[in-house]
Amino acid sequence: MQKLGDYKLPQFFNYPPYFTLQPVRDTREKQIQLWKDLILDYCRTQKIFVIALEEDFPLFSNPAIERSLSHEAREAFLSILVSDGRAEWLDKRHRKCLILWHRIQEWANIILNFVKEYGLEDSVMTVEEIRSGIESRGTELHGIDRTILMRALKLLEQKGKLAIFKGTTADDEGVKFSI
Amino acid sequence: MAGNCLEAVELTSSGRPVLLPSEIECSLLSAVDLECEDLPNFPNFKSGILTLTTHRILWVSNSSSQGASSAIPLASISHIFTSKKSLKSIFASPRIRFQLSVSPDGRVAKSGSGSRSVVVTVVVRGKGADLDLFLTKFWDNWRGRAWETGNADVTSGSDSVSGSTSGLYTKEGTVRMVGVSGILRKEQEMWETTDKSLQDAFQDLNALMSKAKEMVMLAEKMRQKLLSSSTSQSSAAEDGELGSKQDMQDWLLSVGIVSPVTKESAGALYHQQLSRQLADFVRLPLERAGGMMNLIDIYCLFNRARGTELISPEDLLQACFLWEKFDVPVMLRKFDSGVMVIQNKTHSDEEIFARIKSLATKPDALRTGISASDAAITLGIAPGMAKEHLLTAESRGILCRDISPDGFRFYINLFPEIDPNNVYLVKDYGVYDTWSRVASASG
Repeated sequence: MQKLGDYKLPQFFNYPPYFTLQPVRDTREKQIQLWKDLILDYCRTQKIFVIALEEDFPLFSNPAIERSLSHEAREAFLSILVSDGRAEWLDKRHRKCLILWHRIQEWANIILNFVKEYGLEDSVMTVEEIRSGIESRGTELHGIDRTILMRALKLLEQKGKLAIFKGTTADDEGVKFSI
Repeated sequence: MAGNCLEAVELTSSGRPVLLPSEIECSLLSAVDLECEDLPNFPNFKSGILTLTTHRILWVSNSSSQGASSAIPLASISHIFTSKKSLKSIFASPRIRFQLSVSPDGRVAKSGSGSRSVVVTVVVRGKGADLDLFLTKFWDNWRGRAWETGNADVTSGSDSVSGSTSGLYTKEGTVRMVGVSGILRKEQEMWETTDKSLQDAFQDLNALMSKAKEMVMLAEKMRQKLLSSSTSQSSAAEDGELGSKQDMQDWLLSVGIVSPVTKESAGALYHQQLSRQLADFVRLPLERAGGMMNLIDIYCLFNRARGTELISPEDLLQACFLWEKFDVPVMLRKFDSGVMVIQNKTHSDEEIFARIKSLATKPDALRTGISASDAAITLGIAPGMAKEHLLTAESRGILCRDISPDGFRFYINLFPEIDPNNVYLVKDYGVYDTWSRVASASG
């Protein structure tokens, strides 16, 4: 079984046509399905939040069979993820893509659970602490992309679960939970 | 079935007469009746195609109910009557009459040795036929007695003109060229005539230019008139009207304007004959090419075989379109990519797909896929044809493509075998499993 780092790759990763965008509709739909799932699964396990199209993304090439996805194919697959609500383009020219292997709503729930589990209901934390503090170690929140975290927090703020305020330093914000 | 006065003519599968060795077609007339008052059991020959050759007069029926196709050897003709221009003949259909030598019981004698003489009348109902020209050729061929010398004695009088096809094919289907001296002489005459008319034309170039413009406008008007009159289906009682329409069509065709009513009226006689001749011709090359051939290749082969009197691509296409109207064993087919081929009606796509599938599941093909040339070698067809078949198989979901610096290759389609809910599962049977083993062995 082939591996990418410590990620186990499925057998069809060695099937050359997998890396050529298929023109026939039924075949293409199957191909898209497999790529969507693979991208999300890989990003989730490797905690990858952003894919840059013009850089080498290890999942998009297979040196063993000397094949890699063309730029057109990469953009096609990521665009499908975007329309599924599982990704977002970070720029107009589609060079960077934010991968939402958890939707924003799901992240919001994860934050709520985290707060409840660690009894932080009435406390105050900085955004950075949520991301990389001692409490978050071992949880899914650890190392979360800052953009995604802010979006989830803002969603919770709209629901009245917390309040975001500017911190003492210019670039750090704080969160007061009121769950 | 009337008594066998005349010999039967063998026909090819496309309905064209089979010629004797060294027999050449010289002229054709359409919508011809054959009558003989002297013989009571003379068959009912109505509205067929009359072909004059160096050896015989052939009558081929247009439909199966109007008498069998028959031949009269020129050798049994004892006299050809000159046409008498009378008041009656202006209003009636033109007629050619000749005297035929028959045996006492009414059969045509082989070489003029019969004891009876009957008069046969050829009634030409098809309009637009140049009867004087036909008669001249008739006389020439009859006097030329080609059947006695046994080879193609071609004089300048028996060469073909527009509207007929020259007999380039022997019974075996091989190509034979017309006598070289005849061609050279004809060319010489053509040059002299062209030279003279060029001189005349240049005398007054301006007048020529203005006349040409008028002629083009006139031709366009006629074409419009034909188009509008053909859409209103008047009754067939208007025989005179129909006749002049046929005239106009033929004239337009000779001037180079494609007949606008071609599809409805099954084309001018020229295209019909060409269509049948083409169907005969393609049989052998098609077999050699495995049942399917590119239209461009057919065009080259056909014209090369004809030698002189080449046909245009447009003529070829018209001829192929007409096959729908006849019962011929070949058909024209257009692929999605736009490539046009001629294929046998018996050709089966399914059979080709089965062979492609079996090729694509061999160990080598599972490992590295197949290219168009691999398929061409295995299937025994041209690489261009092989590529079309591979693309069609891809569109059916049998194959999928792999484009890389190595080239454009096809693999057996494994996507349907993969379970999206269990991507790590490879069942221990089936093509996905076989591929998986082969791929890991080499990887």
